[in-house]
Amino acid sequence: MRRAEIVTAVLLGILSVYFMWKAGEPPAWDPEGVRFANIGVIEGEGPGSGFWPFWLSAVMLVCCIWIGVNWFRRTSPPSQSDEPFLDSYGWRLVAFVGGGLLGFLLLIHVLGFYGAIAVFLIYYLYFLGRHSIKQTLAISLGVPVVGFFFFDVAMRIVLPKGYLEPLFIPLYEIFL
Amino acid sequence: MTISMSKMTKVAALAAFAWTAAAGAALAFEPTKPIEFVIMAGKGGGADKMARLMQSIVEKEDLAPRPLVPANKGGGSGAEALVHLKGATDPDHTIMVTLNSFFTTPLRQPGLEVDIMTFAPVGRMAEDTFLLWVHKDEGVTTFDEFLAKAKAEGNSWVMGGTGKNSEDNIITDFLNENYDLTIKYIPYKGGGEVAKQLAGRQIHSSVNNPSEALGFYESGDVIPLVAFTNERLPLFPDVPTLKELGADFSYFMQRAVVGAPGMSDDALAYYTDLFSKVYESADWQEYKSGRSLMGDFMSGGDLKAYWDTQRSRHKEILTASGAIK
Amino acid sequence: MDILAALIDGIVIAMQPTNLGLAILGVVVGLFVGAMPGLGSVNGVAILLPFTFVIQEVTGTATSPMIFLAAIYYGAMYGGAISSITLGIPGASTAVATTFDGRPLALDGRADRALVTAALASFAGGTISTILFTAFAPPLASVALDFGDPEIFALMLLAFATFVGLGGDDIPKTLFSICFGLVLATVGFDIISGEPRLIFFDITGFSNGIRFLVLAIGVYGIGEMIWTINSSRYKNTMTDVKINAGRVIASIRKFSDAWRGTAIGSLLGFFVGILPAAGATPGSLMAYGVAKMTSRTPEKYGKGSVDGVAAPEAANNSASTGSMLPMMTLGIPGSPTTAVLLAGMVIWGLQPGPLMFTDQPEFVWPLIGSFYISNVIAVLVNLAFIPLFLWMLRMPFTILAPLIFVLSLVGTYAAYQNLFDVWLMVLVGVGAFFLRILDYPVAPAVLAIVLGPIAEPKLRQSLLLSDGDFSIFITRPIAGPITIIAIILILLPLIKLIRDRLRQPKSSESA
Repeated sequence: MRRAEIVTAVLLGILSVYFMWKAGEPPAWDPEGVRFANIGVIEGEGPGSGFWPFWLSAVMLVCCIWIGVNWFRRTSPPSQSDEPFLDSYGWRLVAFVGGGLLGFLLLIHVLGFYGAIAVFLIYYLYFLGRHSIKQTLAISLGVPVVGFFFFDVAMRIVLPKGYLEPLFIPLYEIFL
Repeated sequence: MTISMSKMTKVAALAAFAWTAAAGAALAFEPTKPIEFVIMAGKGGGADKMARLMQSIVEKEDLAPRPLVPANKGGGSGAEALVHLKGATDPDHTIMVTLNSFFTTPLRQPGLEVDIMTFAPVGRMAEDTFLLWVHKDEGVTTFDEFLAKAKAEGNSWVMGGTGKNSEDNIITDFLNENYDLTIKYIPYKGGGEVAKQLAGRQIHSSVNNPSEALGFYESGDVIPLVAFTNERLPLFPDVPTLKELGADFSYFMQRAVVGAPGMSDDALAYYTDLFSKVYESADWQEYKSGRSLMGDFMSGGDLKAYWDTQRSRHKEILTASGAIK
Repeated sequence: MDILAALIDGIVIAMQPTNLGLAILGVVVGLFVGAMPGLGSVNGVAILLPFTFVIQEVTGTATSPMIFLAAIYYGAMYGGAISSITLGIPGASTAVATTFDGRPLALDGRADRALVTAALASFAGGTISTILFTAFAPPLASVALDFGDPEIFALMLLAFATFVGLGGDDIPKTLFSICFGLVLATVGFDIISGEPRLIFFDITGFSNGIRFLVLAIGVYGIGEMIWTINSSRYKNTMTDVKINAGRVIASIRKFSDAWRGTAIGSLLGFFVGILPAAGATPGSLMAYGVAKMTSRTPEKYGKGSVDGVAAPEAANNSASTGSMLPMMTLGIPGSPTTAVLLAGMVIWGLQPGPLMFTDQPEFVWPLIGSFYISNVIAVLVNLAFIPLFLWMLRMPFTILAPLIFVLSLVGTYAAYQNLFDVWLMVLVGVGAFFLRILDYPVAPAVLAIVLGPIAEPKLRQSLLLSDGDFSIFITRPIAGPITIIAIILILLPLIKLIRDRLRQPKSSESA
């Protein structure tokens, strides 16, 4: 936990610096413009477009340094803790659940929402949850069907179908 | 209930289709899935209300076999919508309602690499008009009095408008340049908020569209001084146009429907036909006159030519005000 | 009286079949999310907010979706007690204090008594606070009516000042969280300069801005879910509850034993709830503390006192109504849940703030009316379906969790119809999980991303008015005092920190 605390503080500090750099960027139509021209108070106009994000990012940076000081002085609970940031169970959880979500997102582009939901639920219920095949299939096929009638038919929110689109054309024919 | 209603719609559409087919005028394109109807602005604004009216007309009069599904993509002053259309996976089922940010946003954000001439010209549904409004307690009833008072107050005269470099800003810049004024322009988030600020006298004047200011006009809080149109508006017959007062200036907001780049000619013909029917519907005509909208239906090459002149005009205006190089 | 007439009209509208149906549905959903460990009112409203846009489209009014969300909020306050008592795990942070005496009662075989007491105390708290709300809101709104840009910015400053107290003891992490939320709120298109800004890594997706729901669903849908799985490891232990109609009625008869706790919780909860950034969790803990302190038999607390169940339960319901007061009248959310409600109102096209009471009475009064009705529904549903909720609590987390994930992804897409936002939402959720392990408070960031888009333009519009002169915030008669109080509140923790340092120069080394 102690090492994670300082690593996170440093990463967030770098992020703050990037935000500051980005906040001072000249507008897109004028790429040769001067960087950081917009972070101050413009005469008669008040703060420029970069004022608010730049100075708040600067406060973020100060906070990260402050967190670093607390780490050094061991005054915050995570900087005193000898416990691991995540135990092996935690890391496995992040890998399986996070990986599952990543796969879900990628599959949306290929199979669309309904296909991806079915695959994700089969993965989660059967492999992570160790539920019976019957229960798994009932839920993971039932949810997309309910979803289609709820979103596409009742609410008229058409979710992406990916390459499964042709399968839905007859359904549109009947229900929409 | 929804299902049974849709089924009825379905039957009616099939019947209509059979009829047109029998008449030998079958259309080469018919939508086979819900049509994505992108709105280039957020929820609740004038553009949004107009788009939803079009959608409800299509629904009510059973003009299309598949529903129009509205999707608000107002992010980045319309950049989100433009990029979405440019990358549309199925251009034949993707259309969009536009405003003038259709011209200005690609100019201001060249990084988007959007060329509006690649979009399919479905149809222009109307042109929205602009008027100059002040609060009734301002002690100003004519444009000349407005000029005198605004000049006297210098830069403590505040004009509220919708966003920087927007339509409202362009008109304010015009007034400042041509009448030797130094009005201060403060951008707000939407036309509704501007109207409210004016009604509460937090600002001195605005150049709202009639639809945005109508509520406060009817309650007597705000009064129109001048219209930025070519002829007087039927809804405000006593309000002179700026042209009558000697300046050669008019400014409109296009309310047009466009198709995604890459839309097939057959699909374009289908949507032009669809929206000309919407345009001719009683509901649309009533809305147009009730909100003081102008402009006739325009499509195809005419609309593209209109875009071209509008684009060069906006380029000139934005370059003059230093908003682009 | 004007208010009474408006209220009666409001109640009539809230009783319309659609609104009544939505209130019942909302209460049931709320009871469920409240009862589920790891899910609270904020998770419920954040995950379900996208679906309310459709309710608005269908009903054509913003009142109905708001009634639905408010009912979830109330329902969750009732539901939290169910798992606190039967599982010993608070269903939501607002019900932590309920475990203190609710769990001992359950272990003693009196779970039914605890559940009934909790439900009735919740009802009393909810109803008393709604009456107070009805009395306080209109005058407060009429005071706030004259607020211009500088006054609103001053109020925002005041809200941020109180958030510093929201995140616990780690000041730099809380401050970081606030600023992070405020900076993320600026991503995208800047209306005042008309420029896109902070387009991270020049990915066009960011030009749409980081939408509130992306952050809220990420944090409360994905992040908290992973957090809950990691800490609970999918395990639940449930006490058996013997319950039937006879026992429920007997417990209702004995409710008068808990009147003291109920009264303390109802009143204290409301006023704690009004304070920005306080909300229902501190409200219920304080109520428990005060009830114990003022009791003639404080030794009974913690061993199964009914007053100890009634006080926090009355308080968390009362505080949730209280926190609606600044949200509705000033446009400042007092808690993460009200922040989501506020964001919802903005997306539905309303302008939250004092003007609502004059401009949109057709929104405000039916909503207030629904507060009364939702409470009646909640107590009836709660008492009638306790066995059903107990059964649902046995649903394995390995089924609930993936369903919540699916709902989060679909909900984010339904709200914005943009896959980029869905990706970003999951990323935010995983990031929030890691930050939470290291004690970074996330609630201030969620509140900041709601208030940022109001505060920044108000600051710049004010300074445009004053030609860039910052003294406008001090010299205006209403803005001045608010700004000064805000600055004092911001400096207070720093002063306290320095004073502690001076008093115990060696504490940091020894700690």
